[in-house]
Amino acid sequence: MLDLLTPFFRRLYDETGWNFVIFYEQYEWDRFVAAIWVSLELIVASLFFSLVVGIVGAWLQGSPIRAVRLFMSGYIQFFRNTPPYVQLLFFFFVLGNFTPKVDMGGYYEPMITSFGWAVISLSFFAGAFNVEIFRAGIEAVPESTREAAESLGYSRLMAYVYVILPLAFRVCLPSLNNNLVNLLKTTTQAYAIAVPEMLYTLNQVWSDNVNVPEMMIILFVYYVGLVAVLVWGMHRWERKMKIPGYG
Amino acid sequence: MNETPKNGLWTPDQPMVSIKDVHKSFGPLEVLKGISFDVMKGEVICIIGPSGSGKSTLIRCINALNDIQKGSIKVEGIEVNDPDLDKLELRKKVGMVFQQYNLFPHKTALENVMMAPIHVLKQDKADVEQRAYRLIKKVRLEGKETSYPGELSGGQQQRVAIARSLAMNPDVMLFDEVTAALDPETVKEVLVTIQELAEDGMTCILVTHEMGFARELANHIYFTDRGVIVEHGPPASFFAEAKDPRTQEFLSQIL
Repeated sequence: MLDLLTPFFRRLYDETGWNFVIFYEQYEWDRFVAAIWVSLELIVASLFFSLVVGIVGAWLQGSPIRAVRLFMSGYIQFFRNTPPYVQLLFFFFVLGNFTPKVDMGGYYEPMITSFGWAVISLSFFAGAFNVEIFRAGIEAVPESTREAAESLGYSRLMAYVYVILPLAFRVCLPSLNNNLVNLLKTTTQAYAIAVPEMLYTLNQVWSDNVNVPEMMIILFVYYVGLVAVLVWGMHRWERKMKIPGYG
Repeated sequence: MNETPKNGLWTPDQPMVSIKDVHKSFGPLEVLKGISFDVMKGEVICIIGPSGSGKSTLIRCINALNDIQKGSIKVEGIEVNDPDLDKLELRKKVGMVFQQYNLFPHKTALENVMMAPIHVLKQDKADVEQRAYRLIKKVRLEGKETSYPGELSGGQQQRVAIARSLAMNPDVMLFDEVTAALDPETVKEVLVTIQELAEDGMTCILVTHEMGFARELANHIYFTDRGVIVEHGPPASFFAEAKDPRTQEFLSQIL
């Protein structure tokens, strides 16, 4: 792959001074490819767990137990009303201090890596919004539909899984789409705790090579592309979920 | 029998549904003020009365969609007014059809009929599917199996809803003003379906404004107003010899 790119980008640098070093030096290329994987893993893991948090949270929010509902609203208040950047630092530096360290054969490493903390922190951050998004969707499902399920013998959980959630999903996909796009972009803040994702890596590259504008272009193009893929996927999903004669 | 099991031992010679002195309030508003009646197996019962008289609330209490504050409702010996009520056990016995059909809009007609037996009763999918096809046929909707509720007319949706309830093999069916949202032409197709059910021996409790239907099919008619049963009787005498002025007034308006 790199072999194909090298001649063009080396010539570009020689002739114009535009230094896309990641495309013609093996060492920088490897860093770049590694960053793609880390950022993709970070994004996929955060998206996934934020959805889990949202679905479970919306379920808990409807709990008949008051303490559970209070806990949920406390959780949402905390994560919605504080900056994700601060949350990330808090999770890594404060909570990270209290997690046990594991013996890696002579040296010790914290049980949860900075990558792990980024996933946890970002999932709970976006999850808080997802809870509210799902709640809106759930409230849009008529009470009578719930009653129909109930009168057929469905328990609260079964009605949630088989009837309410599938209908709620359709209502809240557009706002879910927005929040997930936001989450995707917010993953770059994992930079703050040295997760070697794209921003962190390209920052190292431009510090070594003094090519800030070029690497900035790469960053923009990279995220424009990623968001486009996510949005494309979400729209496809929306179309697939469309029910004939409904909504 | 000195020690009756909690849910009693029900035998078909006892009332299938037994309602005794039922009181139900929504906050300060008392909707049911001591209602009692029995329904035997295979009977068709019609509950009529002006809107706001508590008819719908009453039949919603029978399958525990609403709780009651006082009194007793027994379905095949199961006490409904019991905090430890096994709702699933109750709802396996009692099917319910609603005014607004309340089908699951994201599932086809056939899937609507199949869902509960598969999810709730954990029955084998292939068996359930066969039965669902038969039920769809029974409610005369052959060919509509793969249609979504949004693609069906009101009357068709209501018949799917009836099939959906029947798929659970209930012993009693509750019909809560099931034709009230339909246009006059489609009312008939739904009534015919219910009639066939009744003729098959299904125990039916209907809240209805269809007096012709009540007159023809009901074994017993209850007229409720302001939370009490004002008058009741078999249709022939009920319509001919209503004594209470409230019943007379209601009948004169509706007939």
